[in-house]
Amino acid sequence: MRITVTVDGIEYADDVEPRQLLVHYLRDKLGKVGTVVGCDTSNCGSCTVHLDGHSVKSCSVLAVQAHGSEVTTIEGLARDGKLHPVQQAFHDNHALQCGFCTPGMIMQSIDLLADNPDPDEAAVRHGLEGNLCRCTGYQNIVKAVRDAAHQMRPGAGPEVERVDEPHVSRTKSQISGGER
Amino acid sequence: MIPAAFDYVAPTTVDSAVRALAEAGDEAKVIAGGQSLLPVLRMRLAAPTKLIDLGRIPEMRGVRDGGDHLVIGAMTTHYDVQRDPLVAEHAELIKLATDTVADPQVRHRGTFGGSLAHADPAGDLLAPALALDARFIVSGMDGRRTVSAADFFVDFFTTALHQAEILVEVHVPKHTGWTAHYEKFQRVAQAWSIVGVAATVRAEAGKIAEARIALTNMASVPIRATAVEDALIGKQATAENIKSAAEHAAEGTSPTTDGNADPAYRQHLARVLTSRALTAAAGV
Ligand code: FES
Ligand code: FES
Repeated sequence: MRITVTVDGIEYADDVEPRQLLVHYLRDKLGKVGTVVGCDTSNCGSCTVHLDGHSVKSCSVLAVQAHGSEVTTIEGLARDGKLHPVQQAFHDNHALQCGFCTPGMIMQSIDLLADNPDPDEAAVRHGLEGNLCRCTGYQNIVKAVRDAAHQMRPGAGPEVERVDEPHVSRTKSQISGGER
Repeated sequence: MIPAAFDYVAPTTVDSAVRALAEAGDEAKVIAGGQSLLPVLRMRLAAPTKLIDLGRIPEMRGVRDGGDHLVIGAMTTHYDVQRDPLVAEHAELIKLATDTVADPQVRHRGTFGGSLAHADPAGDLLAPALALDARFIVSGMDGRRTVSAADFFVDFFTTALHQAEILVEVHVPKHTGWTAHYEKFQRVAQAWSIVGVAATVRAEAGKIAEARIALTNMASVPIRATAVEDALIGKQATAENIKSAAEHAAEGTSPTTDGNADPAYRQHLARVLTSRALTAAAGV
């Protein structure tokens, strides 16, 4: 089946088998290996991407279901060599150890912040309930998300994903996490 | 894990979806949000030869006011149900139960009608639909028919839907001014409910005027806790009255045993969770 999908700002047209999962299309066909498969049972959330602006587990979506849609992966977040504020906050707060859960954690965190720009600790934990981490114990992940919320104020929203226009205005110091 | 091969169609109207389903026969399967079906296909617990995707049928999405009831399109996502002002005002029980379904990613894809038609006894939306006396509008080759919630759920993963029928929308009688709570017990955040309790009440001058309570995963289908309802009506909304009414929650039930719980434990949970759900619903 022929599908047309925009992934990280670039439009692709491909023939896919109906049974192909979106995550396999992204990884095997487009080489977007930043999106990983952790469990294959819809539990871990490591395969989280945004489909038309909302987080989904790409192991639980067929590529054909994404026809005509816009997909954003972890690889589409950085701008001009600068990390997305949530990526930067994970880096600054040591919110990863092995890093396997990180792409999904970051994509879900951005989704969470679009819905709730200033979540308290409970809201962060609740918002990340579909993402599992086997290393960090979550402490620093929660810290990073709240730090990112602080850096991105006011509001992250889907704007940060728009590739054709400059997104949320951020100052240099916010992007780099302060003067160093 | 990769599903077995299948053909795929994505019709854009209910009528063409019904026709596609009728033509494809027994080996076809309808896919709504796919959040239950795709894991099953990946594990090859099922291998339909054809998938009929309802995801591109606009008439099946959204919530509208039907007068004395709400009309919830079967393909309305959990995420949209959670945020719908009509649902919050007239069927708060459904909103609160939907808030507890799976996780945010799944709620973005999963649908109200998909969950109901899947009829997993541990699914969280079956009991609220039963408690509120929802009516299920199903479409087949001979047109539409209406099935009551009490008749819709037949057995484990089995509904009154015939092979070539599709659940199109659900009519939920308005329960405006009723307060509600959905209380569930699960092992970890994403796990299925071991037992869940959907409760909604209408109070008048401190007394419970009406109560509707239904239980999740206490049988192969959702069941009403009518003995609790009867014990509550006309009583003051106090902690003692709620506790003694909730003692009836497991009456007449014969829940199953699985890796999580045996029948006695599930019955214990039903009583405890009913008490908690009513306490929260009645604001005691
Ligand atoms: S790989 Fe998709 S949820 Fe784990
Ligand atoms: S950092 Fe290793 S799984 Fe999260």
